[in-house]
Amino acid sequence: MVESIAPSPLPAPVTTPTTSTISERAQARRELLRVLFRRPSFLIGVAVILVWVLCAILGERITPYDPFNAFFKGHTPPSIDHLFGTDRLGRDVLSRVMVGSRDVLIVAPLAALLGVAVGTFLGLVMGYYRGFVDDVLSRVVEAFLALPVILVALLTLVVLGSSSVVVVFVVGLLFAPIVARTVRSAVLSERQLDYVTAAKLRGESGLFILSREIFPNVLGPTVVELTVRFGYAIFTVATLSFLGVGLQPPSPDWGLSVSQEYANMVAGIWWPTLFPALAIASTVIAVNLIADSLQSVLNE
Amino acid sequence: MARFIARRLLLALVTLWLLATIVFIITDVLPNDVGRTILGPFAPQETVDALNQRLGTNRPILVRYVDSLRGLVTLDFGDSFVSSKPVLPQIIGAVGRSAKLAGLALLITIPISIAAGLFAARRRDRVADRAIVLLGVTLSSIPEFVTATILVVVVGVGLRWLPVLATAPDSADPLTQIRYLLMPALAMAIVYFGYIARMTRAGTIEVLQSDYTRTALMKGLTIGQTMRRHVLRNALVPTVAVIAVQVGYLFGGIIAVEKIFNYNGMGSTMLFAAQHKDLPMLTAGVIVIGIVYMLATLIADLIMAWMNPRIRLEAER
Repeated sequence: MVESIAPSPLPAPVTTPTTSTISERAQARRELLRVLFRRPSFLIGVAVILVWVLCAILGERITPYDPFNAFFKGHTPPSIDHLFGTDRLGRDVLSRVMVGSRDVLIVAPLAALLGVAVGTFLGLVMGYYRGFVDDVLSRVVEAFLALPVILVALLTLVVLGSSSVVVVFVVGLLFAPIVARTVRSAVLSERQLDYVTAAKLRGESGLFILSREIFPNVLGPTVVELTVRFGYAIFTVATLSFLGVGLQPPSPDWGLSVSQEYANMVAGIWWPTLFPALAIASTVIAVNLIADSLQSVLNE
Repeated sequence: MARFIARRLLLALVTLWLLATIVFIITDVLPNDVGRTILGPFAPQETVDALNQRLGTNRPILVRYVDSLRGLVTLDFGDSFVSSKPVLPQIIGAVGRSAKLAGLALLITIPISIAAGLFAARRRDRVADRAIVLLGVTLSSIPEFVTATILVVVVGVGLRWLPVLATAPDSADPLTQIRYLLMPALAMAIVYFGYIARMTRAGTIEVLQSDYTRTALMKGLTIGQTMRRHVLRNALVPTVAVIAVQVGYLFGGIIAVEKIFNYNGMGSTMLFAAQHKDLPMLTAGVIVIGIVYMLATLIADLIMAWMNPRIRLEAER
């Protein structure tokens, strides 16, 4: 990388340590972004997500037909008029795939955010305090990990009834134990470092050490976990919709569309199923490419 | 070794108790009226009360909790709301059919993934390695039902190589049955390829950098001999752990795959129970799958302790 050849900056004056650390941090962040944007897999991931976000925001303004109320002849194969064909009710599949990102792009990030927030809090507490609290919570986390998320989510959604809000909470809270385990192990290696001992000797409270000393240092793994969880949230929400307990009709959600049309594949009507399925695949792959790039850049 | 096993069994029992408690909280504490949950908002109050009376869900919460734990110990999960028959025999039959499917998926995915992982580790950071890692990330991030859909469209409808449904005619010979199971098994195998291959790669790379590998190579062993005698045994420890975890998660993904291929296993049973709000069936299913997961991790722990005595000794201390 070519840097402008400037005279090396003078050592920061001792009287203003905060400003120097802030600019150092900002510089580190800029450097991180620059490295990220040179990775092709990161760029591809961001581009695909941007396309779907644009489709979600612009929606009906850019779709060729009305995705909800324009009815043509049912199950016509892809043609010039309908690039992706029409579904069983005669709605344009392309238009529905374009607006189909809307629900999942709201529900999945919220679920991931909730899971990471709760899980990070639990992980910080478990890793820092150790002892009895850690033992008990670790057992509970272990019990949650013994169950496939899809299955527990299915059970809970049957009991509580399906709505987007319930899906966010169920998926988010089921992700929390997994996040807690990751954050806990990151905290375990941090708490033995000198800066934590120094803060303890200064007489700082546990809450201060956790939030101001340890948390910034485990932010890297937490951000990676957030992107990874975002990918899994799309995976999970799409699967739940496919199983009929996630997003509900008349949502044009991809998983739901697949579930309504998959039985027609046997009869050779593949287009209303394949295109939403490919849309799901492109989104999760894109998110995972972003997560993977973040992980390898932060580990370097 | 006996102490190690005893310790692991005790921990598994504690986990099982916690798991039963979690399931109890979801099914009995979250809904404030179980009868209303089952019958929906429009049922008359008398019907709801009668159902709560019949199910015993109007009793105090502690009584119900003790009762559910007793059910777990005596393996009596109650009767199905739909068929009024005990749920356990139905669950066990369904688990057996799903195990066939899951077993075939693992049989396909484990050797291929381990081979790919070893291959990638030997060619670290070269094109083949990058390709395998990227492929793994990509494939494991796609939901099973999406992979299954794409497979059906391409292999089943387009090329007509394999049957689109999973259940063979009753009279079919074992080979034909496997042919019918091949596509659903493949859909799951593809998803788990990434996890296992990546773990094998990471474990192998770590061991290849170790001092004892260098010693083995310097005393004149070929790379093949070193791999067989020194590397594999240690490198595959994390792989065994991840496979055990996948066995549990397989039963999450299998629900969607069984739906696509119309296969009558655990997934279909759970889905049918979910549609009819058959809580005893769902509860029993979740707990049985939890037990399957715990057995898998227990076996994995034993294999790992056998592969690497340090794990065993550390646990005994």
